Amino acid sequence: MLGKTANGLYWMFRYLERAENTSRLIETGLRMSITRSGATEWGSVMQTAGVLSGYTAHYGEEVVQEQAINWMLRDKENPSSVLSAISEARQNARMVRTALTHDVWEAINACFMNAKDLMGRKVSERDLPGVLKSVRQRTALVRGATHGTMMRNDVYDFARIGTFLERGDNTARILDVKYYVLLPSVFAVGSTIDNVQWDSILQSVSAKGGYRMVYGSQPNARDIAHFLVLDKRMPRSLNFCVSKIRDNLGYLASDYDTRMPVHDLADKLAQRLSMHDIDEIFDFGLHEYIQTVLTALGELGGQIEQDYRFYV
Amino acid sequence: MSEGSIFDEMWGQDQALRDPYSEFQTWFEEQDPKRLRVKQREADELFRLTGITFNVYGRQEAEERLIPFDIVPRIISAREWLKLSKGIEQRVRAINAFLGDIYGRQEIIKAGRIPVEMIARNEAFLPQMIGVKPAGGVYTHIVGIDLVRTADNEFYVLEDNARTPSGVSYMLENRETMLQMFPELFARTSVQPVSNYPSDLRRSLGACAPDATDGPPTVAVLTPGIYNSAYFEHAFLADQMGAELVEGHDLRVVDGRVAMRTTRGFQPIDVLYRRVDDDFLDPLNFNPDSQLGVPGIMDVYRAGGITIANAPGTGVADDKAVYSYMPEIVEFYTGERPILENVPTWRCSEPESLAYVLDNLADLVVKEVHGSGGYGMLIGPTATKKDIAEFRKKLQSRPGNYIAQPTLSLSTVPIFTNKGLAPRHVDLRPFVLVSPEGINITPGGLTRVALQKGSLVVNSSQGGGTKDTWVLED
Repeated sequence: MLGKTANGLYWMFRYLERAENTSRLIETGLRMSITRSGATEWGSVMQTAGVLSGYTAHYGEEVVQEQAINWMLRDKENPSSVLSAISEARQNARMVRTALTHDVWEAINACFMNAKDLMGRKVSERDLPGVLKSVRQRTALVRGATHGTMMRNDVYDFARIGTFLERGDNTARILDVKYYVLLPSVFAVGSTIDNVQWDSILQSVSAKGGYRMVYGSQPNARDIAHFLVLDKRMPRSLNFCVSKIRDNLGYLASDYDTRMPVHDLADKLAQRLSMHDIDEIFDFGLHEYIQTVLTALGELGGQIEQDYRFYV
Repeated sequence: MSEGSIFDEMWGQDQALRDPYSEFQTWFEEQDPKRLRVKQREADELFRLTGITFNVYGRQEAEERLIPFDIVPRIISAREWLKLSKGIEQRVRAINAFLGDIYGRQEIIKAGRIPVEMIARNEAFLPQMIGVKPAGGVYTHIVGIDLVRTADNEFYVLEDNARTPSGVSYMLENRETMLQMFPELFARTSVQPVSNYPSDLRRSLGACAPDATDGPPTVAVLTPGIYNSAYFEHAFLADQMGAELVEGHDLRVVDGRVAMRTTRGFQPIDVLYRRVDDDFLDPLNFNPDSQLGVPGIMDVYRAGGITIANAPGTGVADDKAVYSYMPEIVEFYTGERPILENVPTWRCSEPESLAYVLDNLADLVVKEVHGSGGYGMLIGPTATKKDIAEFRKKLQSRPGNYIAQPTLSLSTVPIFTNKGLAPRHVDLRPFVLVSPEGINITPGGLTRVALQKGSLVVNSSQGGGTKDTWVLED
């Protein structure tokens, strides 16, 4: 496979995942804005999505809901807006078209055309939930077509690695921004404000139902942290994402019959996530812990580019 | 030109249904026009979803457009096709012999059959190709011959495309779309398949692999990139052949071979089907500013380390001035009379011809010698006085840059409109593969159709559309 193709597949799926994550974050922000007077929340939502600095450079320090939504949803100047991310995913798909099945190409192309139709003009608040839902359905179709029609070879491996790096990064950033509401509180039971915050964290990873099923209907900070960091059953937890990255890197190593430096990095990160329980992590400092994971994910991405000759 | 003199391929000159269309006509009569209109829309949707688009040049934002597709097939009988394919084969053989000669002993010039300036002053002539022997003796691995029809038994070659002819993906996708939309129509008509083209192309290119090849030949398609107008086609062909789609920055000369950067290091390429113009192929040997090519590829090529398809410098055989000598070229190399007619052509470089052309601008089509895509040409009969006056100035200042031809009365084929069938002018580009194993012509080709009533411009860049082209079984 061409290095360029590996690069294109990796980014196609990173951007696809990003579009989905950002749309989920907008939904969370929207929910919070109606449950409390939360202009300040959009700042933290954008920070989670990694687009706050771009916003302030563009609109200034004051965060206005309508502008924030537009920035995250469809602004061309924001390379991570839902619309930009879908366009990028599709552009990468065009580049690697020979590596994709017809079904996957059609799904991503349709996803793009749908996004352009829905988000080409300003989206009113009334239409927003429908638009976000449609984005998530379309990206799910691409994933479904990928799962159902692609060969399990290096093409698939790079697609998966891109998906899980982006997803792990997203979950880590949610935790990075929101860690303070998960710190053990002097109160045994969370306050109303905590409950809203916890709810929003779970919602931003589409895991309210999953959490309830496993941990019961009374959320608490410790369980939520465990759920998002360590629980391997949870498809957006850090541990899950890293183990998937490691698995797919492992398939590449056996397929190519060569281990690369990136394999050691992945092993180290996976080990870090399986060695400790959540209490040890709280002792170490949740925020510091998340920071090290974020850094490690960044290094992993850089090493993959090098080892598999994405650019040179 | 009067309406009555136009030959319609379905209805002939006198509204008598022609044979090749009889089965289609019966089917068409049975159809509900409403259903057909839905089908026409479905076809557009299908094309958009598959991404069969082209990028329009000269626009800031690279815009992707659909080439309009018309659901009425253009139908050619087996007998008509047999004659056409014989003529095409003869012509393509002559073009390859001509190129071998021009870059070799130049016998045709020594024999005085074409003037030396035709070559010496030709921008497409590449001195770097002199004495190079391409693998298998093949220069033009892929050729597209543009044909027009003027009467029942009258075909003319309008142009030979010997550089990097495009459009073959439309031939394939148009058929695919028709098969999906109207399976019942194919069940009652025997149409020769075109779907073998990609595997034929792969085999044909493989048969031209250079001596340096080790094992089964590795074929790659070289594209200028996703912003190129024909990117869809490049990706499509690579995909269908199971070949890699590469750009210049994926390639590098390694140990005397051209190699592509893969996830496991550099791997040599044996045959490069390039869709990049000569000038951009190698910044070390041609345009030094090119970002699209591979530095040093010409040196590898000359040393027999890679096959480039088509060979560099084939453009010398297809410019419009050399075109005017094609009858002589065919006779010189095949010893036969040309089977296909050339359109009579005035070379404006010759004073008497120029005088004639200037006197008759309103009746002629004047084209740039190196132009393509329908740009920079004058269609006298439909031009305004102002257009003609402006063109006259251009022509007088650089006569050698132009040729002129009579306006041909191009045949029409019906298209499907809201008001039913309506005749529109068409041309035809069959696709030809050349290898040491022989010449392979896919039965059919790309039919381009001028969608505006009366218009003769079929180019997609200027609002033309396409049709599926059927060659019937005998």
